[in-house]
Amino acid sequence: MTVRRVQGSEVEYGIAVQGQPHANPMVTSTHVVNAYAAAHDLTRRARWDFEEESPLRDARGFDLSRGDADPSQLTDEDLGLANIILTNGARLYVDHAHPEYSSPEVTSPRDVVIWEKAGEEVMRSAAELAGRIPANGTIVLYKNNIDNKGASYGSHENYLMNRSVPFEQIVTHLTPFFASRQIVCGAGRVGQQQDGSVHAFQISQRADYFEVPVGLETTLKRPIINTRDEPHADARKYRRLHVIIGDANCSETSIYLKHGLASLVLSLVEAGETVTDLTLENPVRALHQISYDPTLRTAVTLADGRTMTALELQGEYLTRSRDFVERQGDDDPQTLDVLDRWESVLTRLARDPMELATELDWVAKLALLERYRERDGLDWDHAKLHLVDLQYHDVRPERGLFHQLVRTGRMQRLVDPAEIAAAVQEPPTDTRAYFRGKCLQHFAGDIAAASWDSVIFDLPGYASLQRVPTLEPLRGTQEHVGALFDSGPTATELFRALTTGD
Amino acid sequence: MSEQQHRSTRKPDETEESVEVTEVDTEAKAKLDDDVDSILDEIDDVLEENAEEFVRSFVQKGGQ
Repeated sequence: MTVRRVQGSEVEYGIAVQGQPHANPMVTSTHVVNAYAAAHDLTRRARWDFEEESPLRDARGFDLSRGDADPSQLTDEDLGLANIILTNGARLYVDHAHPEYSSPEVTSPRDVVIWEKAGEEVMRSAAELAGRIPANGTIVLYKNNIDNKGASYGSHENYLMNRSVPFEQIVTHLTPFFASRQIVCGAGRVGQQQDGSVHAFQISQRADYFEVPVGLETTLKRPIINTRDEPHADARKYRRLHVIIGDANCSETSIYLKHGLASLVLSLVEAGETVTDLTLENPVRALHQISYDPTLRTAVTLADGRTMTALELQGEYLTRSRDFVERQGDDDPQTLDVLDRWESVLTRLARDPMELATELDWVAKLALLERYRERDGLDWDHAKLHLVDLQYHDVRPERGLFHQLVRTGRMQRLVDPAEIAAAVQEPPTDTRAYFRGKCLQHFAGDIAAASWDSVIFDLPGYASLQRVPTLEPLRGTQEHVGALFDSGPTATELFRALTTGD
Repeated sequence: MSEQQHRSTRKPDETEESVEVTEVDTEAKAKLDDDVDSILDEIDDVLEENAEEFVRSFVQKGGQ
């Protein structure tokens, strides 16, 4: 049992053009993605999906040398173009009316932190580049989930897991965990109810937007457990659990624990240690009740009539995870670190949540808000508090309040910033994202399209496009193909080596 | 808040040591207050102007 498994994250960013509240967010998001593609020589822009001959294969949309083109010339068809693969193996695209960064597949929570944070840097840079297009004002991206007026956009996690675990068991096992984990990885929000009509703080950005326990939807009637079943891998072996109930985190500790805890708890159910005795009487109501109480004293009702606080629920999952790890004699350092931090966070939250003000997003944000309330005598409906809430998530280092806290030593970091900077360009070495990313690094001009489970080459001398399937997430690693890339092949040589040998 | 509680619980035993602790606490509290002031001052410098208008105009389309 370990925190190590194939996983990743997908974050939709809030988008605004300063001084242009009516700017079309689909157009602006498209500019953000395309400006990044143009500036990084991804001008042929390997597309996400395989499509046959089509004019969309040409580099269209905006590059900076054509910056004087009129954005209104973009048609809906063009808007569908903004969907590229980065040299770090990630996907950068427009989802609905938001730019989204889907991290490459990684194998540990710590690596999620690195490549998700690299995504923030990609977005910051992309928005800045797009802002240079005439007619665009300053484009600002927010790594948050709400506009506090009724709209919500997601930050999802995905975890590769054993297909053999029955889905009903996953639902039973995970629901109380997801309802309560927000006390560790909530991002904090000023406002309650979807439209923010109740003026008070709550722990989670997303809690109010979850309305049913289980379901397939992701944009309305959102479920605590999402049943989307796209493994992007061999479906006979794997399930890819798509987790839509989570806040976009700025704090490295929150991202790390969000993924670490979920990975551990999934290991429990995979090992047949399903948690069946914590079933909540009403999971959606419990989720909201927990979110609405930053003192963490609220107890929610279980199906068997008992009541437990979120701290107690999380404590149960912690105890069972630790017991299981000890029984198995697992000594993976990152697994032990996640367990220790989980325990430390719960212990301190129980003592005084403010002890976590330099580690967890919701506490850091609440601490700031409370200081403003005290100094300026503000009620929860005051615009300044809403602004602090929003601007906490501004991705620009000079404006974002989270960045300000980090810069002034008031927010702890977990990883070396140099590792994040490198991950903007470099893929993880231990998943198929390595192959995908290296292909884009070396052969961007020869790749027609790619997706999680394939890379499609357009090679000289071949009449048709050539598809290299990557169905095994743990193949195509540096160990497998690193030497091949290092030998400096042409795209055709690489393709031939892959398809004749193996 | 917890600072205050600590001090009041320590008040009863009037040893030299506890006086020292109180002094340290006061110093720490003053430093903390300074720090709080400086955080808010720094943030005031970067907060967008016209909070009300800024927050009102932040309207997003729903996503996933």
